[in-house]
Amino acid sequence: MKKIWFTRIRIIAALALFCIPTAPSAGQAAESVRLGIAGAHSGDLASYGIPSLRAAELVVKDINAKGGILGRKVELRVEDDACKPEVATNTATKLVSEGIKVVMGHICSGATKAALGIYRDAKVIVMSPSATNPELTQSGEYPNFYRTIASDDAQARLEVDFAIGVLKARKIAVLHDKGDYGKGLAEHARKFIKASGKAKVVLYEGVTPGAVDYAAVVQKIRRAETDTVLFGGYHPEAALIVTQMRKKNMKTFFVSDDGVKDETFIKVAGKYAEGVYATGPRDVSKNPLAIAANDTHKKNYGTEPGAFFLNAYTATQALLNAIQKAGSENYENTGKALRTNYVNTPLGKIRFDKRGDAVGVGFSIYQVRKGFYTEVK
Amino acid sequence: MKNLTALKQPLLVSAWFMFLTFPLMVIRVNTIENVVEWRWRNMIWVGTASFLLTFLWRYLSDRREAARKEAERTEDHEQTLGRFLAGRPEVGRYLSVGAMILALIFPFVFSTYQTNIMATALMYAVLGLGLNIVVGQAGLLNLGYVAFYAAGAYSYALLNHHFGIGFWTALPVGAVVGALFGILLGFPVLRLRGDYLAIVTLGFGEITRLVLENWNDFSFGPSGISNIPRPGFFGIALDIRGATIYLYFLVLLLCLATVFIVNRLQNSRIGRAWIAIREDETASQAMGIDGTKTKLTAFALGAFWAGMVGVIFAAKTTFINPASFTFLESAMILSIVVLGGIGSIPGIITAALFLILVPEYLRAFSNYRMLIFGSVMVLMMLFRPQGIVAGARRTYTFRRRKSGPELERG
Amino acid sequence: MEYFLELFAGGLTRGSIYALIALGYTMVYGIIELINFAHGEIYMIGAFTALIVSSVLAMSGMSGVSALVLASIVAVVYASAYGFTVEKIAYKPLRRAPRLSPLISAIGMSIFLQNYVLLAQTPDFLPFPNLLPELPLPEAFGNIIGSTELIILLTTAVIMGGLTLVIKFTKMGKAMRATAQDRDMAMLVGINVNRVISNTFVIGSALAAVGGILIASHVGRVNFFIGFIAGIKAFTAAVLGGIGSIPGAVLGGLVLGLTESFATGYVSSDYEDVFAFALLIVILILRPTGLLGRAAAPKV
Repeated sequence: MKKIWFTRIRIIAALALFCIPTAPSAGQAAESVRLGIAGAHSGDLASYGIPSLRAAELVVKDINAKGGILGRKVELRVEDDACKPEVATNTATKLVSEGIKVVMGHICSGATKAALGIYRDAKVIVMSPSATNPELTQSGEYPNFYRTIASDDAQARLEVDFAIGVLKARKIAVLHDKGDYGKGLAEHARKFIKASGKAKVVLYEGVTPGAVDYAAVVQKIRRAETDTVLFGGYHPEAALIVTQMRKKNMKTFFVSDDGVKDETFIKVAGKYAEGVYATGPRDVSKNPLAIAANDTHKKNYGTEPGAFFLNAYTATQALLNAIQKAGSENYENTGKALRTNYVNTPLGKIRFDKRGDAVGVGFSIYQVRKGFYTEVK
Repeated sequence: MKNLTALKQPLLVSAWFMFLTFPLMVIRVNTIENVVEWRWRNMIWVGTASFLLTFLWRYLSDRREAARKEAERTEDHEQTLGRFLAGRPEVGRYLSVGAMILALIFPFVFSTYQTNIMATALMYAVLGLGLNIVVGQAGLLNLGYVAFYAAGAYSYALLNHHFGIGFWTALPVGAVVGALFGILLGFPVLRLRGDYLAIVTLGFGEITRLVLENWNDFSFGPSGISNIPRPGFFGIALDIRGATIYLYFLVLLLCLATVFIVNRLQNSRIGRAWIAIREDETASQAMGIDGTKTKLTAFALGAFWAGMVGVIFAAKTTFINPASFTFLESAMILSIVVLGGIGSIPGIITAALFLILVPEYLRAFSNYRMLIFGSVMVLMMLFRPQGIVAGARRTYTFRRRKSGPELERG
Repeated sequence: MEYFLELFAGGLTRGSIYALIALGYTMVYGIIELINFAHGEIYMIGAFTALIVSSVLAMSGMSGVSALVLASIVAVVYASAYGFTVEKIAYKPLRRAPRLSPLISAIGMSIFLQNYVLLAQTPDFLPFPNLLPELPLPEAFGNIIGSTELIILLTTAVIMGGLTLVIKFTKMGKAMRATAQDRDMAMLVGINVNRVISNTFVIGSALAAVGGILIASHVGRVNFFIGFIAGIKAFTAAVLGGIGSIPGAVLGGLVLGLTESFATGYVSSDYEDVFAFALLIVILILRPTGLLGRAAAPKV
């Protein structure tokens, strides 16, 4: 008897599965313009996500003080993804099921990839301030994705061109930290070096982040008589490698990426940081909008803004501007507005191309000189 | 005067903790701007909190002692929920029927998001039940369980990527790959006992992750594999809500099947062999239990479930990379088993729901999530080692009949 | 040949650090048969405390050898205090519990301590000042082994020698050996077992803190997670050498360090850790008690 009863329930449930209206449940006619903010706000990667959150808050505060957009206030829906793909899908589902149509985030490439499918199916526009994985825009899989940061391959291209063209590198060691970002970048760099035909990759290796030391790898670099090291990864590993190289009296050039263009790198590597090259977002320190944004952060939080602050500031402005131009959060119209309208932001005057990459955002080469990163012209 | 002595110990303890936490909690140096931040308020916090916690600590210790004495006196363990249920099967039946109904209507009452995290929690319940076979029943501490989970997830992702194999084909394949991995790990470690086994399994888990991270041509390295399709539903394209509900029922079904099978296994011949091995390996082998076979079955069956859930995980997140399969994930699954009560099916399910759902709802405390998680593991071991729902210890009574001896479950 | 020597020196340095941390694991295991998972965290806390103290000292204008000595003393005292407290809270009440319970409690403690430091301090890497003095070495020699590496090797050698003497000849050392052999028997002959266990934790933690300071000033950075990897490696070293055996821990540490260094140098650093763990598995299959461990016949 009991069994039959169970089966019945299951049949009813299965029927109900078909009958349930499958549209997102939350209503769209909300009073305010709701902007989803997703990224790492807790855990060990919070320092990459919190500055973006603050940027969004500052932009929205500013806009609301001026009366909002389309006569509506802007409201933020903040969700944490801890940079984990599996949490990011929960985050995305939550935002989607609340009827959010526009999201600024996610921070890490992996989390972004995991969440994008869900957003795409629900026709939600996503703009990341920091996800640099080339596939995100180049695969053409995600027409709903935009970003205000240049992709890894653009960065690798610049590094390789600089190393071969300016530094006259002929024997290059390409190292990475085995991570998503670092290894992706290194793969591209290796490809570009091979394609150029002017230099040889004498060493291609991953170092273990958090390892006790990198003595063996450094010995290997020296043995290969390398003239330039290209490193893909973040500053803790870079600082250690550079320090150990310089302690061995090696004068090899060290060229690295955005993850190394960080004040902490100079502080950690100290005098050994001198002369290191790193790519970073084009210098905007003269841009009045960037100065203003940084000042607001200092006024509100008392410190210099952290990673990706300006990218997030720009992304929030670009999204809200597009909504205003489109007249609503409508997926097609907002997307069109993003692609056609130029907007003045701290990163310069930008719009987005067909794939979702920002036009007008790029990288420059910096070098550590007297303890500061200075742009190499 | 007596009050004073009673206060002396808590005061000393709080002074000790204030000393202990002084450099880390009070001082913070900003080496970039060369300033030292003195956070004296934290010290007051630590002092007060440890003062109050001492009383709680003492109360809990006293209770534990009392329970121990009571148990010694009456030769019976305290009345646990598990025993209570075992004694009254009808209550258990009502409860499970209630839980069933709730589980069935859940996705229709709550939002897509709720359904989604519920599915995650159920996935972890299945993982916990799988690990329980190895740790709880056979007593083999496996700290690399996540390797089998990864094996399942990558089987689906790679088979789909290269050959376009669908979810339903991949599900058994992933499970079998997981089981094969279990046997692969099982063989070399059969001779090892206890702690050696723990560290080798940990090493195995790390090796698996490192290989996935480094072998780009095989696994696409750290950037992972994206665009893994969700399970198909007779060729009908589902939107997010539909897909989530569908997945939820799938996981629910898997969970029910697991509960059923694990329950049957516990009472089977092999189940009793596992318990025997766990209690005393030498004695059980002397009694004619094949240690090798028994241990390998435990590894393979535990890994089987991990592989299956791995396939579902890949389908659910649609993206996998090696970073999802770290030691912390193994520790998480292990703590589900431990918190729930080693060997207790309802306990493990409760613990999985608790550990996955509570952090989702308490996003405000997300910074403290792992801190609480760690301390709960310690506190549970200290004050409630049997878990939330203690597994009722099976007793077998030996009765002599005229025709010969016969085992009877009591 | 020079390349080989360089790799050898690098491996030796790394291995001696592993050995320092491994000693803590092996001593604790020898006495209470517990894998003290939180040991790596003690190492991290030692390094962190040294960083904080030396930074505060540096800002008040003190540096050089005196700052190094003061920071090291404070760090060692605090690491020992943490080790002592962890034992009292998380392990002592579980002395008579099933084997699995203290192990899980230890894993919980490890997660707790990591996140405690994360929340109390920062999740980011902090620069660690180079406290070790620069020795004037001839350049050809300095290319093979640097000044810091040399200091690390010498310190480790001195500490291990000292520890061996303590265990061999002092009363406390004798008590420790007796407790390791048979805890109940030791209790019967009047050894305060609880104190011996506490001492073991204190000594092990102090060694870990020394390792923490040495390695942190060598690599120049610290964060809350450094203890996890170092801990796992050191534990691997302890098992490799035969857990419970003090010379085994030293040997295991050196073998592990050299393996990693040569694997990186002659094969690839991509699989550095894979080599380390594979070595562990192979040795345990061939010799389940580790290199120097003694096989204990299971008591029936």
